[in-house]
Order: sequence, then C-alpha cells, then structure tokens
Amino acid sequence: MDEAVKFHFVVDGNDFTSAGQASVQIKKNLRQLGIAPEIIRKVSIAMYEGEINMVIHAGGGEADVLIYENRIEIILTDNGPGIANIDLAMQEGFSTAPDNIRSLGFGAGMGLPNMKRYTDAMQIDSTFGKGTRISMTVNL
Amino acid sequence: MKIAQIKELLDAEIVCGEDMLEREVYSACGSDMMSDVLAYVKDQAVLLTGLVNTQVVRTAVMMDMVCIVFVRSKVPTEEMVELARESGLVLMKSRKRMYEACGKLYSHGLNENGNCYG
Repeated sequence: MDEAVKFHFVVDGNDFTSAGQASVQIKKNLRQLGIAPEIIRKVSIAMYEGEINMVIHAGGGEADVLIYENRIEIILTDNGPGIANIDLAMQEGFSTAPDNIRSLGFGAGMGLPNMKRYTDAMQIDSTFGKGTRISMTVNL
Repeated sequence: MKIAQIKELLDAEIVCGEDMLEREVYSACGSDMMSDVLAYVKDQAVLLTGLVNTQVVRTAVMMDMVCIVFVRSKVPTEEMVELARESGLVLMKSRKRMYEACGKLYSHGLNENGNCYG
C-alpha cells in the first residue's frame, strides 16, 4: 500500500454559513499538490455536497481526504440520524431537508446524486439512528 | 464576452473585482438552487442568481467560476464580498430580473457552451 497524504477536517454542524469551509480548504491543498484542475473540481464539489448534507441532516461530522498515487479518497463520517432508505435518497429530487434549507439554495434532492456523479466510486454505510459513513474515490 | 460587457448589458454595478473586467467568459448559468448549479458542470464562468448567502460564493468557487451577478437588486453581504475577494471573483449587482438578465446575455452571444437557463 502506497503512503497517502492525509487531510482531516471537522465540519461544524451548528452553522450553515460556515458549511463548505473544508471543501474550500481542500481545493487549495490539492492545488498546492499540483493535482489537475478537473480532478480538483470533482473532489471539491463532491466533498462540498457532503459537507452541506452533514450540516443539514447530521449536526456536522468529520471529513478525511487521502491522496494516493493513483486516486483520492474522501471519507465523510457523522453521528446523525442515518439514512432510512438509501435507494430513495439516491434518487434525484428526493429530499428530506426542511423548507428553510431550500430557501438557502439547497435541499433539492441533488446532494447524494451529485456526489455520485463526480466520483468514480461511492459507498454509503448508514445505520438508522446511529450515523453515516460515505466513502468516495476519484481516480487520478 | 468580456466581464465589462456583462456589466454594461445588465446595467450592473461592480461590488468587487474591478480589476478583472477585461477577462473573457464564454458561458453562464442562472439559478437560485445551488445544487442545480453544482449538478451541471460545463465550464460556466458566470452565475446569475437572486440568492444571497455565503454558499452562493462557495458554489461559484467550487465550480471555478469567475463572476457572480446578483439580479433583482439583491445585495451581497460583507462576508460574501470578503470571500469573493479572497477567491478572486467578480461580484456585481443588477436591477434586472433573472429572465431578462439571462436573455440579454444569451442574445449577445454568451451561449457557446449552452447552459443558460432560469
């Protein structure tokens, strides 16, 4: 196993305004590492949607980004309520976000589908009532 | 189209990024739903929106956009302006509504990569 470059972020669940700070930071970090712009965009959009989800649904969480020679892995972990029906949650347009979130420009049911769209692999492990772990891979 | 021409067509006022008006942009999109903007990456350089919160600026940053136009006389907050400055984004505000603003830009050629909607 090759050695990974690792970044760890805590996503504050109390403040919707600050959601996305980790994604902005990872974008800078990847740029410094000389990663190609289209890869950076994929990673940062997927992570951004994940961050927003954690703030809306789970009261925050943690994000880890691991950069290997041939891929970037993004792991999002939270102790929120879990996803009741993952198949349903993956459908574009399905959302359980409250109305006030929609007035902020999110909650359109595009978060998880967007995360899948911009990554080469995505795995959701969720236990209802306990939390969710999402791992995403973008190949280099 | 130059950003300066967008300012002119939309009779807009620059909030920040005055030094980038000579930059060329080739496509735009208009939406108040940030998830929709994030769903359709097509190298859009300009975002037209009536939504005002920090996530609008972060969405534009994620998408590598260079300019945000606030329609319907919406005014970005201080925090948004600061974020935009840090990220090298142009912010401008226009009194025009979304439909008219998109139409003006589209009919003047900001449609080559086609994805202007709203």
